[in-house]
Amino acid sequence: MTNLRPIAATAGDATATTGAATAPTGDKPREGAATRHGRTRSRTGALFVTPYVLFLLLVFAVPMVYTLWISVHRFYFTAPGTHIDSPWVGLSNYRDVFTDPVVGRAFLNIAVFLVINVPLTVILSLVLAAALNAKIRFRAFFRAAYYLPYITASVALVAVWQFLFGSDGFVNNLLGSHAPDPSWLVNSHLAMPMIAFFVTWKQLGFFVMLYLASLQNVGKELYEAAAVDGAGRIRQFFSVTVPGVRPATTLVVIYAIITGANLFSEPYLLTGGGGPDHASTSPVLLMYQKGIEQGHPDFAAALGVVLVVFVLVISLAARKLTERGN
Amino acid sequence: MSAATTTPEADAPAADLPDPARPSAARRPWGTAVKYTVLSLGAVAFLFPFYYMVVGSLRKTTTGDLSSAVPGGLTGSSYTAVNGAISLGRSLVNSGIMTVGVLVCTLVFGVLAGYALAQLHFRGRGTVFASMLLVQMVPFQLLTLPLYVLVVRDYGLGDNYIGMILPFAINSTAVFLFRQFFLQMPQSLFEAARLDGAGELRILWKVALPMARPAVLTAMLLTFIGPWNEFLWPFLVTKNADMQPLAVSLASFLSNLQGTVSNPTGALLAGACVLAAPAVALFLLFQRHFTSTDIDSGVKG
Repeated sequence: MTNLRPIAATAGDATATTGAATAPTGDKPREGAATRHGRTRSRTGALFVTPYVLFLLLVFAVPMVYTLWISVHRFYFTAPGTHIDSPWVGLSNYRDVFTDPVVGRAFLNIAVFLVINVPLTVILSLVLAAALNAKIRFRAFFRAAYYLPYITASVALVAVWQFLFGSDGFVNNLLGSHAPDPSWLVNSHLAMPMIAFFVTWKQLGFFVMLYLASLQNVGKELYEAAAVDGAGRIRQFFSVTVPGVRPATTLVVIYAIITGANLFSEPYLLTGGGGPDHASTSPVLLMYQKGIEQGHPDFAAALGVVLVVFVLVISLAARKLTERGN
Repeated sequence: MSAATTTPEADAPAADLPDPARPSAARRPWGTAVKYTVLSLGAVAFLFPFYYMVVGSLRKTTTGDLSSAVPGGLTGSSYTAVNGAISLGRSLVNSGIMTVGVLVCTLVFGVLAGYALAQLHFRGRGTVFASMLLVQMVPFQLLTLPLYVLVVRDYGLGDNYIGMILPFAINSTAVFLFRQFFLQMPQSLFEAARLDGAGELRILWKVALPMARPAVLTAMLLTFIGPWNEFLWPFLVTKNADMQPLAVSLASFLSNLQGTVSNPTGALLAGACVLAAPAVALFLLFQRHFTSTDIDSGVKG
């Protein structure tokens, strides 16, 4: 939650501005009118926002509390309308989660994913954005090209990647005898890295756009000053561009972590339900398998809670790391 | 370094663009060359899978050998085959209903909420705003299990469009975008309308919305790709093949129906093309209105 602070700060500023703008101007009759108006507007405001608040309660707050509740009970799926007791079991679901070797494997897989995905995403999207930021021909074309995978459904892209990286696929035919054996997606060492590459490729366009927007805010005079001091292009990139877009980098890292925590369709579809020996099982995939396929929603709920805590801790650490030196 | 190999490319833009505003580019043609090389390599890496998808879907027999990257013997039989296996039309209708439902809810309720958060004062506004930001940070998949229990088991909304739409009904990013846009509009405009005695709904409809067209367009594009591409939730909610959106039916084709057609890879790629086409087409159509600044304001304000 702490990672929200920069956002909340900006929001606070914005709210303060509107507050000042609509404040009564001081002259008496006007002030009265403003308050009367204010009262109706207050009721209208609450009315306008009610559907959204109901939505937030129904789709976020209730399920979140419900997860916590399920995670400390023995919980069974029931048909609509019927009820079975769900006895309190304390932390036993959590004990099951922590002693299950597959859970450990799933979190290790996410670690592998992050180690590959985060640096690759940050470097590639920053380099591409920096190149795109110059006055360059075919800019719109390049931007569209990078954005295409982001807007395309994972399921469609997974189909192509399976075709490209299958045992008889295009890439293996290109590599000939250098092709890995077992092939990319069914190899226990390569399954998870392949997912990390796939996701990096699919999401990169979004991060390029994010960096591109952030680059607009880096002052031109900083580059000029650096040039006067005799800094070359590469030196300028590292001492002006990189620090200049640091807030965006923090955001990119946190988004990448959230994407990692959300992984489901890629391991499920790209590596056939989690790869050989759970080599690419993700926590969410495991939640699906344990909770819905095997009927242990209580285990899955506890796993979900552990995952949320994991995401928060990692996001916090990442934020500390990327903002160091600011 | 790579400058030697890329000189032809370097000369072209440098010679074509004697831009006096950018003396550095003229002085350092290799810098521009590096830029174009990086961008072009990137573009190939990003576009090749799409090219391969289209070419592969149009071949009679689709194999992974190198010659298959060249179009040849074009036929639409893969499209017929995948249509026979998963009934594309029905799946597309389901995807369409789910997406339109989400779009309508987001536009109607999201604009109302965005306007209230930007222009109206009411108790709890700060709390609503904070929750909106928080929601964007919660990994949604984590809520799928309790949502599944509630929606499918408790409310009995499995295989039901309302059940499919519910978790995405109001897109928080879109609400945030609307709020940012209404916040930027000149306050005096709203005050004037209020002095004329216009109600807030009327002001929103007649004054604010016409000016917010770019924000509405961006929000629609952002909202569209979510439900259209979503896999996990409709996969959980729909067991009946007649109710499944295309992403779900294509995934089930991918994992267990491929044996039923003669050119399975081609059929799969044909389905992928059909699934990808609407989002890609919309994006290309509205690309000009869809700038990086919108995304930036959408995620951090």
